[in-house]
Amino acid sequence: MNMHLGRLARHRFLIALSTAALFAGASAASAESVIKWLHLETNPDRLGTWQEIASAYEAEHPDVKIEFQFLENEAFKAKLPTLLQSSEAPSMFYTWGGGVLKAQSETGAIRDITEAMDADNGAWRNSIAKAAVDGLSIDGKVWAAPVQSGVVSFFYNKELFDQAGVDASTITTWDDFLAAVQKLKDAGITPIAGGGGDKWPIHFYWSYLAMRELGQDAFNAAKNGDGFTGEGFVKASQELIKLGELEPFQEGWLGATWPDTMATFADGRAAIILGFENTATPTIQKGAATDGVGLAQENIGRFPFPVIEGAPGLVTDDFGGLNGWVVTTNAPPETIDFLKYFTNQENMAKVAERNAVLPTTIGSDSGVKDPTMKAAAEQMAKATWHQNYLDQDLGPNVGRVVNDMSVELAAGQIAPEDALQQIEDAFSLEM
Amino acid sequence: MSQTSTIDDVPVRATSARHVRRKSNRVRGTLPVLVLFLPPALLVFTVFVILPMGEAAWYSFYNWNGYGLPTEWIGTKNYEIIFRNGAFRQALINNGLIIAVSILIQIPLALWIATMVTHRIKGAVAFRLLFFLPYVLADVAAGMIWRFVYDGQFGLVAGIFNAFGMNAPFWLADKQVAFYAVLGVIVWKYFGFHMMLFVAGLQGVDKSVLEAADIDGATGWQKFYRVTLPMLGSTVRLSVFFAVIGSLQLFDMIMPLTGGGPSNSTQTLVTFLYSFGVMRMQVGFGSAVGVVLFVICVVLAFSYKRIFMKND
Repeated sequence: MNMHLGRLARHRFLIALSTAALFAGASAASAESVIKWLHLETNPDRLGTWQEIASAYEAEHPDVKIEFQFLENEAFKAKLPTLLQSSEAPSMFYTWGGGVLKAQSETGAIRDITEAMDADNGAWRNSIAKAAVDGLSIDGKVWAAPVQSGVVSFFYNKELFDQAGVDASTITTWDDFLAAVQKLKDAGITPIAGGGGDKWPIHFYWSYLAMRELGQDAFNAAKNGDGFTGEGFVKASQELIKLGELEPFQEGWLGATWPDTMATFADGRAAIILGFENTATPTIQKGAATDGVGLAQENIGRFPFPVIEGAPGLVTDDFGGLNGWVVTTNAPPETIDFLKYFTNQENMAKVAERNAVLPTTIGSDSGVKDPTMKAAAEQMAKATWHQNYLDQDLGPNVGRVVNDMSVELAAGQIAPEDALQQIEDAFSLEM
Repeated sequence: MSQTSTIDDVPVRATSARHVRRKSNRVRGTLPVLVLFLPPALLVFTVFVILPMGEAAWYSFYNWNGYGLPTEWIGTKNYEIIFRNGAFRQALINNGLIIAVSILIQIPLALWIATMVTHRIKGAVAFRLLFFLPYVLADVAAGMIWRFVYDGQFGLVAGIFNAFGMNAPFWLADKQVAFYAVLGVIVWKYFGFHMMLFVAGLQGVDKSVLEAADIDGATGWQKFYRVTLPMLGSTVRLSVFFAVIGSLQLFDMIMPLTGGGPSNSTQTLVTFLYSFGVMRMQVGFGSAVGVVLFVICVVLAFSYKRIFMKND
């Protein structure tokens, strides 16, 4: 109750505050436009790059001021609904697309940027990868300016694989993968680093398994109303249980957060991690490992999530994130102009080079210098299907249930049918 | 003598008239004060307490994600989902466990230590401070500290087990054990507060009664059980009351410690509300949980006060 009352109280308080701000701020606002940039970035390098781009824009546009506002990840998600509906709303904020973006688009609190995208014969639209623009569009309208995307794949410790006599190049099917896990285990090596405490790292497994088991068409049909209790989902859940039964994860994985999990892999305490595209970059390894160094890049190998024999899913069907920036309804018009500037080739190449991200602006991949990032970019370029993270795509409610159930399945705590029923229960409320 | 007679001679009517005048003066005096001071307090109370409570009750009948206005009326479905939810039942059980542990372990422990640190032993004040320190610590900080302590890889627990050549357990990752680990932290964190209550209470115990008991040849235990404890009755009841209310509010420490996991085994009512209502943007559902929690709080608080604290 406290928590909730607190939230609602803040809502009230914001209204009161904003009324006050209306009177106080009316005269000041006309002098210059302030772009309030709400982000959740904690990496100082990335922030530094953004700050630099913002300063360059401010220098070119003396009447525009860009203000950074920070909220921590979970706080960001929790506060955004109230914030957006108050006059304290930011001008632009981060999005993962999917169901959350859709919910926001239905409220009138955020701005449709299709027109800006299509201006000058679609100059902006054409400067960005089509899949990225489509990924942040709902019913033909673009609701966010895409900046980066990624793909989740398996990374492995070559040394540990050699020790156990596992050849990564032979892992093409899920059964191969399970056999490799068993072999690692027999060699006394912890096969996989898993983050059961944060839950979403395990939802990668369930999502990929479901994608492989169902294939694009059936999977999309499920999302569009067929639901999640079908045979394909049962099979995918069974496969995850099968993996869990091998006890492949490090000790204490059920309480491990993502940083714990990354440390487990970067310290060489587990051989495999299903992680983001930048897992093997020196910056990420340095930040993740307890010794501040991590695995050497040449010691890290990478392979895509294997296929399931006899199932329609392809090895080129990718699962990963797609991020962009949303403009709010009451944002100053310069916000869109700034985003256009921010996502131009030059700026995005800078971001790509320094910050271990894969930008979606065409031509900016010249800035991608890291070989493992390049490999990820190539994989994505050849993708037959790019599925967004399910905990974003299905919206915050169904998404969190998927996360919960993925962990329960991997921990062997629930039968596939019961897990799927819980997902379906949440899903049916949304439809 | 003559002075006394004048006072005695003052007519009764005059006094009562003055009384009336003074009384009406007081009424006239309080009215401006009321007009001046009541509205702000009333406004704040209404805006921050009454209205949100009413709103929560209203939202609880909607399927609503917090955007726009709630439009999708679903009746009591949110409440049905709550009572079918396994995590909610676990949270209820956990809250019950916290209360039980508070009453059976924490309060006796606090009382025992309080009786020790009120004696004039050397360093009593230092001990008091030491035992009270965990309570001063912010809940979130305590949660994070204990997350490190319990860590089976790098934590204190790991160090202890490794020193004996054993593999360290991961208590916070074990569904069967995690909540007991949390209970340990709760006792550690809050017994100091109860101890302080008892220290204050013990200072109010009349020494002469204890001396009388001494003379009557009472043993130490008899003195405690027959004299001290009955005289501490109101403090014990207050202590239990705080334990019950504290259990229902427990949130800040759980989130950094376990986040309610693994498998929802360490959820409390408030962390359940947060993870299933706020984090999932299910404002309607969250409101329903809030209403249930509110009802539980009110019923517990008022019935406890009625039954156990009516003489305090």
